[in-house]
Amino acid sequence: MNSIPATTVVSDRLARNVQRNIRERAIESILFGAALVSVLTTLGIVWVLVSESLNFFEHVPFSDFLTDTMWTPLFSEPRYGILPLLMGTITTSLVALVVAIPLGTVIAAYLSEFASARVREIVKPFLELLGGIPTIVYGYFALTVVTPVLQAIYPDLPGFSMLSAGLVMGIAIVPYISSLTEDAMRAVPMSLREGAYGMGSTRFQTAIRVVIPAALSGVLSAYILGISRAVGETMIVAVAAGMQPNFTMDPTEPAQTISAYIVQVALGDLPHGSIGYQSIFAAGLSLMLMTLLFNILGHVIRRRYREAY
Amino acid sequence: MSTTEQNLPVKAFTRDFNFYYGSFHALKSINLPVIEKHVTALIGPSGCGKSTLLRSFNRMHDLYPGNRYQGEIVLNPDNTNILDTRVDPIEVRMRVGMVFQKPNPFPKSIYENVAYGLRVRGEKSRSMLDDKIEDALRGASLWNEVKDRLNQPATALSGGQQQRLCIARCLATDPELLLFDEPTSALDPIATANIEELVTQLRDRVTILIVTHNMQQAARVSHYTAYMYLGEVVEYGITDEVFLRPKKKETEDYITGRFG
Repeated sequence: MNSIPATTVVSDRLARNVQRNIRERAIESILFGAALVSVLTTLGIVWVLVSESLNFFEHVPFSDFLTDTMWTPLFSEPRYGILPLLMGTITTSLVALVVAIPLGTVIAAYLSEFASARVREIVKPFLELLGGIPTIVYGYFALTVVTPVLQAIYPDLPGFSMLSAGLVMGIAIVPYISSLTEDAMRAVPMSLREGAYGMGSTRFQTAIRVVIPAALSGVLSAYILGISRAVGETMIVAVAAGMQPNFTMDPTEPAQTISAYIVQVALGDLPHGSIGYQSIFAAGLSLMLMTLLFNILGHVIRRRYREAY
Repeated sequence: MSTTEQNLPVKAFTRDFNFYYGSFHALKSINLPVIEKHVTALIGPSGCGKSTLLRSFNRMHDLYPGNRYQGEIVLNPDNTNILDTRVDPIEVRMRVGMVFQKPNPFPKSIYENVAYGLRVRGEKSRSMLDDKIEDALRGASLWNEVKDRLNQPATALSGGQQQRLCIARCLATDPELLLFDEPTSALDPIATANIEELVTQLRDRVTILIVTHNMQQAARVSHYTAYMYLGEVVEYGITDEVFLRPKKKETEDYITGRFG
């Protein structure tokens, strides 16, 4: 039996290169630092929101915040029920999604499955442009173009309405939904389409029965992202939906959303440090929890419906 | 109905068929019969055009821009040139089924995969679907393995089972001609043997045209073999003749492994 030497001899060529090692470590720490920025920012925001909200909840009972149907921080007898703002947010978001999800999906299906390369080259930049328009422009578009048009149809519609803001917000998020949905559909392997066409499917049948089901996890993620954007959208609703908290889900009425309320206070309607001022942190925390919920939901859906090819 | 010298009915044939990928002349004056209720194998080295030829029989090339057919591919009994511009490729694909290189089940249940062709054709009766699906799955020797889990996703099946599911998917619509594009190239030897066994069973029921890289496979499953090289059919004949007594030197070189 041969004995194995206790120490192994490493040739010079295989020995660790100290200088390279140091360089690699340095690069790794820079990259780690970059990743850390996003984590620390998120944690910082959460910390500010939570600590300021705790301050706020010392003066306002948590149960009032969740159940009171009035949000009147500017009154001499202020009331802080988040429900009217929440309903404003949900209503405008629903109106927006009713527009954006069907429109975005149809555009994506068209671009991915029907359009020729030339048409796609023309349409896609326009969609990207639509996504690049500042939301304040959309807000004034809603106020000065869409609202008058809607008023021509429904003369009773007030100057500010969740309907008008929601419709325009829907248009604004179409590019996000369509581009992510299209990416998901185009990622479906060609072999699956060939299988569908080989069975005698039309293009429409292939798109609806095979490509969209195969891309379902990506499509649903696109929808969730669209929902998150609608919930957090600020300028369009601040400009076009009105600034009055309104305990209603009727889209033809004006109402304030959570985000629009934060804008109002940030503009200086309430003195810094007052309870009313601190209410924006509680409102912001609610908004963040909502988007977080949708992000988690999106994550679950992605895992649940992912198809492996 | 046209026949060969041995008086066998011809299910389909090509006449002076040429095919172009853009400016690339991929198939050159192909004249090939496909005998009804028999298996015809296309063999040849990579890039010889055998898959291109196969994919012309259901006009799969229509899906991509820049492809051009020239000449005729005639489908019997109605003597239709399927390359005619008045012919709807969807109608062609309703009559000609295709099984691909890699199993490509749809992201649906086993049941819905087999029902797919029937649903596309407008079949709605549940009892009719149930019957045809059972027949098709039995025809593809898959029924016993999946009958208790028809509602499970097809992607959970093994590769060989998925490929048999794809065959069942075609069988459900009673295709007149079934195209196999290297159906076992992604499968292990046991699954390959199953598919070969299946092709042997199906040949009394449906006309089959199969592309294969594996010469033993062609010898085992086919009645007729066409050897292709550089976009041309070099030799066509009864499989045993082609393998045992090839007429052309190139065929012999390929079959004996001296080339390819």
